[in-house]
Amino acid sequence: MIDWGWLAGHLDAIAYRTWQHVYLAALGVGIGFAISFVLALVAARYRILYPPISALAGILFTIPSLALFAALISITGFSVVTAEVPLVLYTLVILVRNIVAGLDAVPAEVVEAADGMGHSRRQRLWRVELPLALPLIVAGLRLATVSTIGLVTITATISDAFGGLGHFILDGYHLGYFLTEMYAGAVPSIVLALAADALFVRAQRRITPWARTRATEAAA
Amino acid sequence: MNLLTETAAWLTNPAQWAGQFGIPNRLLEHILIASISLAIALVLALPAGLAVGHTGRGAAAAAGLANLGRSLPSLAVIAIAIPVTVLVDPVLGGTVLPTLVAMVVLAIPPILVNAYTGIAEVDRDLVESARGMGMREREILAGIELPIALPVVLGGIRSAAVQIVATATLGAIFGSGGLGRFLVDGLAQNDDGQVWGGVVLVAGLAIATEVALGLLERLARSPGLRTPGAGAVPQMAPPSPLRGA
Repeated sequence: MIDWGWLAGHLDAIAYRTWQHVYLAALGVGIGFAISFVLALVAARYRILYPPISALAGILFTIPSLALFAALISITGFSVVTAEVPLVLYTLVILVRNIVAGLDAVPAEVVEAADGMGHSRRQRLWRVELPLALPLIVAGLRLATVSTIGLVTITATISDAFGGLGHFILDGYHLGYFLTEMYAGAVPSIVLALAADALFVRAQRRITPWARTRATEAAA
Repeated sequence: MNLLTETAAWLTNPAQWAGQFGIPNRLLEHILIASISLAIALVLALPAGLAVGHTGRGAAAAAGLANLGRSLPSLAVIAIAIPVTVLVDPVLGGTVLPTLVAMVVLAIPPILVNAYTGIAEVDRDLVESARGMGMREREILAGIELPIALPVVLGGIRSAAVQIVATATLGAIFGSGGLGRFLVDGLAQNDDGQVWGGVVLVAGLAIATEVALGLLERLARSPGLRTPGAGAVPQMAPPSPLRGA
């Protein structure tokens, strides 16, 4: 059933698509995190802005990815922008909510103690609140990364130039259900998602040894 | 012609609103496919989630399973499932059946996790007093735990349903019906009006699903717990959790 000859002849292509998959996902999560971080700080500071920010991100999250990729093609063409905009948008809801939840979880006494010690608002944020919010922030990054790795496969619908490992799934299908190629995309993309998940679990433990149980609960 | 007028023209064209390939029929297909997979996921995940929540046994296994299900890219699940589904039906096994499998895989984690956390977070004192009053385990689950946990349990079903509605579009790539057809066919035919018309329809259906089930969730909140600030309802429902589509 599996055409080993095809696999042997396409190791370079598989390696390239794996790299592309990681690259597209990392770019999406990276930009998404930068935007979410700013949005979350603004929302945590000006509480009244949190419901609209959260609701808007939630609505964007509801729109099917295939629809968003398809819609963007007629605006931004077959470019990397078309692939990245939806990837970034889908991370926002997860990351903003987790960062805000992380900041909210900081005990009021700790915040007060920081104030009492003479911390300015900025010092309190960077030295006290963010370190304590870290387990939930990393849990959010874990969810966002795994989800983005799944979504990258769908960027294959934009054009042959994208899709990471998803390219093989679509290409194999278009060749008339050429299963070897479809599996060459499907299996590594699953491995990639599970590996990223495992990596974040380890990172959670390493960064926050004191919060071992809390971090895993938050991710569930 | 710009995008807006093209989309409006496509959506208002009477030809789009009739026949086998028209909007009403595609919408019906979409809802049908989504309902079937939601029903399968409910049968598989809901009793298991309730049992885990009630007994407290198997929570780690359920969490692991849910985490695995959430990690799997839907497109990869479709591809992996094809050799198996073609054995079931040579035609549908290459189109709609593997999509169905992917949607069930996608829907199980939120249903399972919310069912067991919702039940598990019900005040243990309530459960103990029910037991003291001589209620059977089944009665406790159905009469005490489930009504209290209902909003959380429904929250899981809601996010599962929304994710399914979104993912059902992927089936169109592999030749199945539903609203995704307009996206895939529109792209293939370079017809922006059709693509955007499809986007409007499918996003509308997803948002409508979210709103409708969110309303149901609110109604399901027991009147006794509806007082503001009542802490009995855990905020566990992941806001709008992961989606593979």
